[in-house]
Amino acid sequence: MVYSEKVIDHYQHPRNVGSLDKSSSEVGTGVVGAPECGDVMKLQIQVEDGVIVDAKFKTFGCGSAIASSSLATEWLKGRTIEEAQQIRNVDIVEELALPPVKIHCSVLAEDAIRSALEDWRKKQSQPNA
Amino acid sequence: MNESRRVYFDHQATCPVDPRVLEAMLPFFRETFGNAASRSHSYGWDAERATDQARESIGAAIGASGREIVFTSGATESNNLAILGAARMYRDKGKHLITCGTEHKAVLDPMKFLEHEGWEVTVLDVDGLGRIDLDALRAAIRPDTTLVSLMHANNEIGTLHPIAKIGAICKEKGVLFHTDATQSVGKVPVDVEAMGVDLLSASAHKIYGPKGVGMLYVRRRAPRVRLDPIMHGGGHERGLRSGTLNVPGIVGFARALELCLAERDSDSARVGALRDRLQRRFEEALTHVHVNGDQENRLAANLNISFEFVEGESLLMGMEGIAVSSGSACTSASLEPSYVLRALGVGDELAHSSVRFSLGRASTEDEVDYVAARTIAAVTRLREMSPLYEMALEGIDLKTVQWTGH
Ligand SMILES: Cc1ncc(COP(=O)(O)O)c(C=O)c1O
Repeated sequence: MVYSEKVIDHYQHPRNVGSLDKSSSEVGTGVVGAPECGDVMKLQIQVEDGVIVDAKFKTFGCGSAIASSSLATEWLKGRTIEEAQQIRNVDIVEELALPPVKIHCSVLAEDAIRSALEDWRKKQSQPNA
Repeated sequence: MNESRRVYFDHQATCPVDPRVLEAMLPFFRETFGNAASRSHSYGWDAERATDQARESIGAAIGASGREIVFTSGATESNNLAILGAARMYRDKGKHLITCGTEHKAVLDPMKFLEHEGWEVTVLDVDGLGRIDLDALRAAIRPDTTLVSLMHANNEIGTLHPIAKIGAICKEKGVLFHTDATQSVGKVPVDVEAMGVDLLSASAHKIYGPKGVGMLYVRRRAPRVRLDPIMHGGGHERGLRSGTLNVPGIVGFARALELCLAERDSDSARVGALRDRLQRRFEEALTHVHVNGDQENRLAANLNISFEFVEGESLLMGMEGIAVSSGSACTSASLEPSYVLRALGVGDELAHSSVRFSLGRASTEDEVDYVAARTIAAVTRLREMSPLYEMALEGIDLKTVQWTGH
């Protein structure tokens, strides 16, 4: 596999690796993928006044999966919830120059974003949770 | 650490040509370039003499006579010739074949091809260490079975099948026995008489010879094995494999095997000690590592190991300059994790986390320590960013998690 420079950069210097407090009402967590499939992404966002102030990830997967989730956290930070909703896997494919066999990594990253947003939204509708 | 340093620990994929082998080959590109089938001049006679000598030498190395050796383009062709050739030749006796799930694709795919042509194939299961059950083999042989094909040493996990016992069962039942010995010839003792083998495949490039040359041993007596050729043409190799002989390749193959035999015992003891050192380094430095295959009966050079919670391709990416293989789907064209590890029941998650280290003749202790340190550093770093490792540390049983899959 030949990797793009950007994939290598994210792999070697992943942005925002780590975890946020998943019990906090400000934090949305998405865990997508499956170990048997060779990739699992955990992506978390912390939201204040409708803006994503922090984002963290942990990924089990190939270099492109790590790069896709690293890039996603970078893009999420500072965006509003509405803006975050707009991130598409094709944007990730383009930015990282992913080859066709690695497109599923970008799809997984988009799924992770949506899942984290969904989790955060759910928490807002049940304020006592 | 010096990241630009290169180490080759992928000898089960291929080996460099030994300089002594290259030396032996060179005259056959230049002065002695004749066609071994040219009967009318000394160029041809010289070439034929060289291939005959190589034939004798290779035959002797496996307990056979030179006349039982058919030169091919490699083990893929040898396996195809053995399986397609025997199945078709003996189709009137029956159309049932037996193999097992961990064979190389060059055995499984010809079998699959024959299935489409009306043959029936029994694929024996292996246990968690990659071993077949001899009773299951015995039970699988039917009156219409013509061929059993079971490899000697496995290319991914190094597990050695008990070839002599398999040969005895096949002989008792009156079925032909083919073994793909590509990974074992030159590394462990091989004797077609003692092992009751009727057909045996080998390849030069796995034993420090050139790529593109291999051989098939075809037993000539007790029983005399006949094959339907798959390559038709000038009738070379007693009609079994038409095509001008690759004289330099064949000379190199024979020289490579001679060197392996002369140095086999010392080589395998030394390489085995290095492999054990590598394994020990991992087991001492890391938790959650699993050796795949049979540690009792294994090629000395092979270490196939899963680093749980870390995906293989990402690990290889972190070991730049170090040549190894992974059973991860992401490193293969098929997008499926290693079917060999799957056949062992290793589980897809651990298959995705597997790395095969295969050492060689020139490997050193210093290389082992360097590779161990780089691997351990990469595993540690990737585990810190692995959600699975985090969950495991929190005491979550990953098997109970509801994954989303895709
Ligand atoms: C067990 C086994 N069989 C067959 C082959 C194919 O050999 P060749 O490359 O000579 O066609 C290989 C090598 O990949 C192998 O390891």
